Amino acid sequence: MLKVRQTHPEAAAPRPSRRSFLGGAGVAAGALVIGFTLDPAKQVRAAAGPDLSSAPAQPNAFVRIEAEDTVTVLIKHLDMGQGNTTGLATILADELDADWSRVRVAFAPADAKLYNNLLMGPIQGTGGSTAVANSWFQLRKAGAAARAMLVSAAAEKWSVPASEITVSNGTVRHLASQREERFGALAEAAAAIPVPQQPKLKDPSQWVHIGKKLPRLDSVAKTNGTAIYAMDIRRPGQVTAVVAHAPRFGGTVSKVDDKAARAVSGVIDVVTIPTGVAVIAKDTWSAMKGRDALSVTWDERTAEKRSSDAILAEYRETAKRPGIVASEKGDPAAAIAGSAKVIEAEFTFPYLAHAAMEPLNATIERAADGSYDIYAGLQFQTIEQAVAAATLGVTADKVRLHTQWAGGSFGRRATPTADYIAEAASIVKATGGKAPVHLVWTREDDMAGGYYRPMVLHTLKAGIDAKGAITGWQHRMVGKSIMIGSPFEAMLVKNGVDSTTVEGASDTPYAIPAYRFEVHNAREGVPVLWWRSVGHTHTAQAMEVFIDELAHAAGADPLAYRLGMLTGAPRLSGVLKLAAEKADWAKRSGGKGQGLGISAHESFGSYVAMVADITADGSHVKVNRIVAAVDVGVAVNPDVIRAQVEGSVGFALSSVLRNKITLTDGVVQEKNFDAYEPTRMSEMPVVEVHIVASDAAPTGIGEPGVPVIAPAISNAIFAATGQRLRSLPLDLSGLKGV
Amino acid sequence: MLKLNVDGVSHDVDADPDMPLLWALRDHLDKTGTKYGCGIAQCGACTVHLDGQPVRSCQTRIGDVGEAKITTIQGVSGRVADAVQTAWRGLDVVQCGYCQSGQIMSAIGLLSTTPKPSDAEIDGAMDGNICRCGTYQRVRAAIHEAARSLA
Repeated sequence: MLKVRQTHPEAAAPRPSRRSFLGGAGVAAGALVIGFTLDPAKQVRAAAGPDLSSAPAQPNAFVRIEAEDTVTVLIKHLDMGQGNTTGLATILADELDADWSRVRVAFAPADAKLYNNLLMGPIQGTGGSTAVANSWFQLRKAGAAARAMLVSAAAEKWSVPASEITVSNGTVRHLASQREERFGALAEAAAAIPVPQQPKLKDPSQWVHIGKKLPRLDSVAKTNGTAIYAMDIRRPGQVTAVVAHAPRFGGTVSKVDDKAARAVSGVIDVVTIPTGVAVIAKDTWSAMKGRDALSVTWDERTAEKRSSDAILAEYRETAKRPGIVASEKGDPAAAIAGSAKVIEAEFTFPYLAHAAMEPLNATIERAADGSYDIYAGLQFQTIEQAVAAATLGVTADKVRLHTQWAGGSFGRRATPTADYIAEAASIVKATGGKAPVHLVWTREDDMAGGYYRPMVLHTLKAGIDAKGAITGWQHRMVGKSIMIGSPFEAMLVKNGVDSTTVEGASDTPYAIPAYRFEVHNAREGVPVLWWRSVGHTHTAQAMEVFIDELAHAAGADPLAYRLGMLTGAPRLSGVLKLAAEKADWAKRSGGKGQGLGISAHESFGSYVAMVADITADGSHVKVNRIVAAVDVGVAVNPDVIRAQVEGSVGFALSSVLRNKITLTDGVVQEKNFDAYEPTRMSEMPVVEVHIVASDAAPTGIGEPGVPVIAPAISNAIFAATGQRLRSLPLDLSGLKGV
Repeated sequence: MLKLNVDGVSHDVDADPDMPLLWALRDHLDKTGTKYGCGIAQCGACTVHLDGQPVRSCQTRIGDVGEAKITTIQGVSGRVADAVQTAWRGLDVVQCGYCQSGQIMSAIGLLSTTPKPSDAEIDGAMDGNICRCGTYQRVRAAIHEAARSLA
């Protein structure tokens, strides 16, 4: 358990100018011991409940209105492309009645108290598709409170009752006296008004921005090359570091011959750090050339030396034994024994690299007073600050974080060990902080660096009765737990069951009369991590493909079969029906190489169904069209939601068709995009996204589009060819031409 | 010392002629709009124009550039560039945005030679540009939109 004392969290608070509205962030000083109470799986479901609505109104923390009439919304989360800067700003701007053209965003500093993720306990971090969900009431209240303060300031200035004042589009008005002021002109006076603790929130009928298409706030900077990512940070005197890592996970440095590396033009220094050997140079190219010239002997006595095939074979043996029970009901073995038909299946899933476009990197600079500034695509600020501080030998208040736009993440930047931040800090420590260090992982470092989606094996057995109804379901999963051994273990692992391994299976919404879900936690040296939609990346495939198999065994329509078991899950049924209707499911024919497949899954409190339309031609499969229906509660930015679902298809398609990380004698074989090729333009299907109208509190959409893609495609291939493919990536080589 | 003409300005660069143009732009000339993604011409994030032609700057030695005019996302201009950037913004193509400098430079290259590209021509010109966020549907739509606005 990581425990960190934060003594002066306000040291990292934003320092707005004198003219800025509402002063500084106003955090009380004092010791704060960080504990971990993260349970995204459970807590996100509580998003619709009353807990989050009791968040205090903190306009000081989340909005600054400058005299020049800009409204800056402070974003406590990382925007890695999912558009949460636009979404979060929309929520606040709506209650504030701000002029969208004057709205800006700034990333908040690290402050676990002020900027914690309300669904992650006392941690500032982004993940589990929680950004909008946890901020919904917090930002509405902040916006409403700031609006009330502007109104009070105007009422005082004009000596009129506040009740006669209206606000719209960044202007405060008193109609009777025909007076009006822009926000900027009232900002200073408003800052002196006490913060109302229970500001009145708008009725949904009064929303002006929420639910409408608003231009993304990052579109201009990301189309003219001016958006600054961590990779683009250039501090005065900065040097670049590239690290030689052990070829096998768990290897350590034994002996270094750096003579040739030091002779490379541009190389400044070579230092050994806990994770390898860092070559420091005046630019990236020289650092890479220096690394090529290094000669390192590795101590691999305790390294993972198995091949992924061998590890999977062990999983298969393990799966023959009963595992830890994650959930159970009735006596599935007896129920299956008495069934009319019994069906068994095995699903395997490979390790997957996140492969975000921006390789991992971070810059750390030592200030004259011995404090530090970190510039990176920071995703778990509280942990990153704590780990960096511990590595650098200072208290957390001496480490300021500067979150940058991130070139993707898909989970990789949120590492419980803050691995690459710790590595950058180690280099700064080893070099005495003489110069700001930009640690750059090359694509090869990034892809071979571990923290993969775990390899997982599922075995399933179910029975159906004479009418086709499921009698019993036995399901065993084997894979390495993400949480065991991490600081989150105490909170997220219950009785040996890691919720991030079994989520989406052991809590199935299907009404199955008898079931048992079991899990084995594999032990291996390959570091594993959440990968966009976490456990759902594999459980949705196992559940939704196997349900499809059972439907066919029962001679039933896969849609009707699902709906019959989802009478207690109206929102999931709702998206299934909507996707089916929009895809003309009822008129489908199938066969002759053409087919539609359907799937639905809930994750992170959001509901998504997809219908895939595919063409199979021999061993080639073309995904023509995906029709998606989503229910995320209130659709804050419908266009951003559509973009996330479209993007989820593009992101996940290559993991359905080909991506896998394999190890040969412990060495990762796929090191760049030639061997681990993301989806390309010519493969992209047409994606149609339909959003269910809802007044439920909003949930996320960064991840929930991903789980349903693989099963929709797999089921479509069955419809087209009669051949059932289960494991990912799909092995198309065995498909017979039709 | 090598001379490079970047975005209309001549610069002296003190670097090995073997250095890929990508790193000279990013580390020596502060042109960070051009991105590093793979270093092996697989992803297109580093795409710039050499005399108007899209090239992968990670595979272009600075010693080979000579007097060719280098244009980056930070200096690209003109009717086609305006149309492409306007379409990108109108359709909110970007997500993480890291690949988009390269996508846009490839799209400008395509529309400069093929004013009304078919879907197949878009596939041909854009397949070398990876977008891990999967924004392809909007990239395609934005290219068609830019073509319409230029017609």
